[in-house]
Amino acid sequence: MILSTLEQLPGNRITEHLGLVHGSTVKAKHVGRDLMASLKNIVGGELVGYTELLNEAREESIKRMIAEAESIGANAVINIRFSTSSITSGAAELLAYGSAVKVENG
Amino acid sequence: MPDFEYSYQIGWFLLLLLTGYLAGRYNERRHYRSIRKRELGLKDLLVFSTRHLPADGAYTAPAMVLGSAVISVDYFKSFLASLRRLIGGNIDSYESLVERARREAILRMKLEARNQGADMVFNVKLETSRVYSGEKNLTQSVEVLAYGTAVKRLEQSAEIH
Repeated sequence: MILSTLEQLPGNRITEHLGLVHGSTVKAKHVGRDLMASLKNIVGGELVGYTELLNEAREESIKRMIAEAESIGANAVINIRFSTSSITSGAAELLAYGSAVKVENG
Repeated sequence: MPDFEYSYQIGWFLLLLLTGYLAGRYNERRHYRSIRKRELGLKDLLVFSTRHLPADGAYTAPAMVLGSAVISVDYFKSFLASLRRLIGGNIDSYESLVERARREAILRMKLEARNQGADMVFNVKLETSRVYSGEKNLTQSVEVLAYGTAVKRLEQSAEIH
């Protein structure tokens, strides 16, 4: 599965457009991480736990998007975009979406 | 004794303010030093926001690369910001917060591209979102995500247009 944020893939030809695919996850932070975060809100700096959490969630979204693309017979997802939104305090939705296509070399 | 309780609260507030000021300033300076150092190391990896690759030249198979960072503001700065909100204007303390997060995210994306053997990243998008912490409705930390498509140019001799 080729993933790209480009509209066209270099060295590849798009033979079929299969439509929009997306994957999303909603993650909540657990209490321990929230506690660390409130400490960090005093001294400043990176919230490593949150960075990891959001990265894991985003990986999960990408996986779901790939699964959807595979199920409709695509071998690449192009023009991928990400979007994050806070649903309530303490939970975030991470969305990945793109266009599923079939490509071949040449 | 209400007097004692009052002074206790003031003292606690001042302590937080001082801790925030000292630790926050130290953290920020250290972070900026680290950012500058790593940016220098990745200077030759080019990043573009253009949507298309230059038409001439051949490239390796593209790969998506991501980088993100969540940075929190310190107590002193969030206090300054709350004062600033009364009169309006630029909130300098938050500007540096977002800038640090953004540069860090771009650095991490570049590092991932470098690890994959790429030398360019195209169609880079930046996204900023707030991360709530606790029940307070203040924006106290910010997440920046940088993502793009990493490629390696096969013809090194060709000029970039």
